[in-house]
Amino acid sequence: MDLRLRVGTQGEATVVEIGGEIDLHVAPRLRAELLRAGEGDSPRVVVDLSEVSFLDSTGIGVLVGALKRVREKGGALNFCGVQSRVRRVFEITGLMRALPIFESREAALTALWEEKADG
Amino acid sequence: MDNLSLPVAEAARGRIELKIPASAQWVRVARLTVAGVASRLHFGIGDVEDIKLAVAEAINNAILHAPVAPDGEAMVSIVIESDSDGLWIIVTDEGRVQGGLSVEDGAPDFDGELPEGGLGLLLIRSLMDEVSHESGSHADTVVKMFKRLPARAAHGA
Repeated sequence: MDLRLRVGTQGEATVVEIGGEIDLHVAPRLRAELLRAGEGDSPRVVVDLSEVSFLDSTGIGVLVGALKRVREKGGALNFCGVQSRVRRVFEITGLMRALPIFESREAALTALWEEKADG
Repeated sequence: MDNLSLPVAEAARGRIELKIPASAQWVRVARLTVAGVASRLHFGIGDVEDIKLAVAEAINNAILHAPVAPDGEAMVSIVIESDSDGLWIIVTDEGRVQGGLSVEDGAPDFDGELPEGGLGLLLIRSLMDEVSHESGSHADTVVKMFKRLPARAAHGA
């Protein structure tokens, strides 16, 4: 319901901006959108979470699932725009360390090409 | 913003019971209701957000594990009780827990393997001050949780 998605490209990367509340209800829609963003061979995706105001464990599952699929295809997916509420959830679940999170969108984009997608 | 907040003595005691269909589209309604009650009790914004998420996780679990009711829709009950110490929330469903809440204490060590599920109870335990969780093979599943009011708000305000 209250999920906002904007998908664009920046160079050869796909940038997905997510806004609003990510919960059980909108998780299927987000999953489908992230699947689309990660299509093709070795996809390069940046997921910008700047406008996310609520994230539950089903939302985490979708984000982690997208990351895994992209890596399986030899691509890279980086996160940026982690605000305080999302940061809290990531910290509790240990994902601040486990996910590729960058301070800015530029840094996340640049790292897409530096990183070996070795999971 | 603050004129909806009552003095603690007046705002403290209360009980609301909310029943929603065991369906994802209703979780937001329950979340907002609980947030409304928590705000009224002088919880800070961070605490209100923590409570919202913990409640959402308990309801998600209820929905994901609710049985398909033969004669209609399964329901989830959310009881919100407040007193001068804080807020109790009891989420009850008629389903069996099938592992969705079976998460061990403490932050998981992923060891290279990223989790796609099973983080709900970890979040609830981390966000709330007390959590208990009961289920039997055919009985209702109950998640009961408590968030303590910050000391200053509880003793005056």
